Amino acid sequence: MIRFENVSKTYPGGHRALEKVSFELADGELAFLTGHSGAGKSTLLKLISVMERPSAGHVYINGVNLNVVKNRQIPYVRRDIGIIFQNHRLLDRYNVFDNVALPLVIEGMHHKNITKRVHAALDKVGLLNKVKCQPSTLSGGEQQRVGIARAIVNSPPLLLADEPTGNLDPELSMEILKLFEDFNRHGTAVLIATHDLGLIARMKYKSLTLDHGRLITDLLAQEVL
Amino acid sequence: MSLLFKSRNSQGGSNNRNGISALYFSLLNFIRQGINSLGEMWRTPIASLMTILVLGLSLTLPATLYVVVKNVQQVSSGFSDAAEISLFVKEELNDAQTQTLVKRLALYPEIESVSYISKSQALKEFKQVSGFGQALDYLDENPLPNVVLVTPTVRYRKPQAAQQLLTKLEAEREVEFGKLDIAWLERLNALLSLLKESVFTVGLLLLSAVILIIGNTIRLSIMDKKEEIQVLKLVGATNAFIHTPFIWTGIWYGVIGGFVAFMSVVMMLWWLESAVAMVAGVYQSNFVLTGLNGNELLILLSLAIGLGFSGSYISVRKYIKDIEPDKV
Repeated sequence: MIRFENVSKTYPGGHRALEKVSFELADGELAFLTGHSGAGKSTLLKLISVMERPSAGHVYINGVNLNVVKNRQIPYVRRDIGIIFQNHRLLDRYNVFDNVALPLVIEGMHHKNITKRVHAALDKVGLLNKVKCQPSTLSGGEQQRVGIARAIVNSPPLLLADEPTGNLDPELSMEILKLFEDFNRHGTAVLIATHDLGLIARMKYKSLTLDHGRLITDLLAQEVL
Repeated sequence: MSLLFKSRNSQGGSNNRNGISALYFSLLNFIRQGINSLGEMWRTPIASLMTILVLGLSLTLPATLYVVVKNVQQVSSGFSDAAEISLFVKEELNDAQTQTLVKRLALYPEIESVSYISKSQALKEFKQVSGFGQALDYLDENPLPNVVLVTPTVRYRKPQAAQQLLTKLEAEREVEFGKLDIAWLERLNALLSLLKESVFTVGLLLLSAVILIIGNTIRLSIMDKKEEIQVLKLVGATNAFIHTPFIWTGIWYGVIGGFVAFMSVVMMLWWLESAVAMVAGVYQSNFVLTGLNGNELLILLSLAIGLGFSGSYISVRKYIKDIEPDKV
């Protein structure tokens, strides 16, 4: 699903965010990406969603080299990737329905199908009763779940989450993680960046650990644990 | 069209439609976005209204100047006999010879009409008009010459063409010399073209102002929606999708601003109508102010729409490119 080959990223100004990172995430796999803040987790996710381009090396998604993707093709790449943020990035001008519908609207989907899919997505995250609410009236956990509904509404084969539980208490965090596990069981590959080590410890999934831009954990060793 | 996952069908998206219905749906979407952006303007009525009024006024000024030029031209076209040519025939000519000249001149394609005023006729008229009646009787002989009055066709009334015609007529052997009073006509035409030039220049300046105003308004609204644009880019909206609402806003500003300009010209004319009628009455003229007709309204509107489009297009191209999701 995702393959990194000796990927380095240096930001203008000389900050080396990633150094020769190589790993592979299989189809339908769920993995964690950990590391202290500033270790390069966000940069790695940005390289997958083409918000940034690598300084060296190659990133492949489903065998397609992202380096050959032209700028005007980027939107079509992002339509295949559901992205979830710590600050959920909902638009306060719109209600929950419109927020979740956004990825479908930009694809030009028919109105009837949009309603059906948005309701299905909100049902999955348990917020079907909040369809007409404004995001600002929801609690933090609910807002995060709306963000998740938006990410999965067009059933992308790949989900990226950047600190999805950052602001939530352990109980809510667990709930969110259960959601991700559920999507994963339906065949979606999921990559979750988090520094919540307690959370990872309780679950038996691969984890990639970044330290100052280098990948330090051997995946095989992790699996033995 | 899924770029990364070829087998992934796009669940009833626009992708699996054939050519014509895809076109239909994108057109439908375009129109829907147009209506949405009109609603968007309605959400901030005061700000939109101010922009529209500024645009309206900026368009009113050149439109008014245009109307002024149009009316002045209309007035000046009433002075067609200004280009009348007087031909003084040689004294030794008898009446029959003069009549042949008149007939020959009437055949000229450049000439609309010819009339002959004999010296006795001229003296009679002069006595009536001048008021020297009695005094003229003391003259031994009639000092006035025989005159042929020539009215050129419309094309030959313009100063230069009339001058050319005069030279040609003077070459006739019966003609002593000809006279064409075109100095003041030349002055009038020069003034008119100066007026036209200044309308053009002022218009150009104000129209560039319109582009800048719309461009700046759209820039502000882009800045205002920065977060929304970032999110749209994140979920995979194409540039065209993000640009369209802003372009529409520019077009709407153009449409409404152009209409405001048209209405203010109409109102201004209505306001001036009675005053103009009074002036025309004093001059015993039946002059009426000409306003803007339907065609000119269409031109004004399409000009305004063009300006709205250009202004918003410039802003959209310049500023949306810089808004990227990672630069939070």
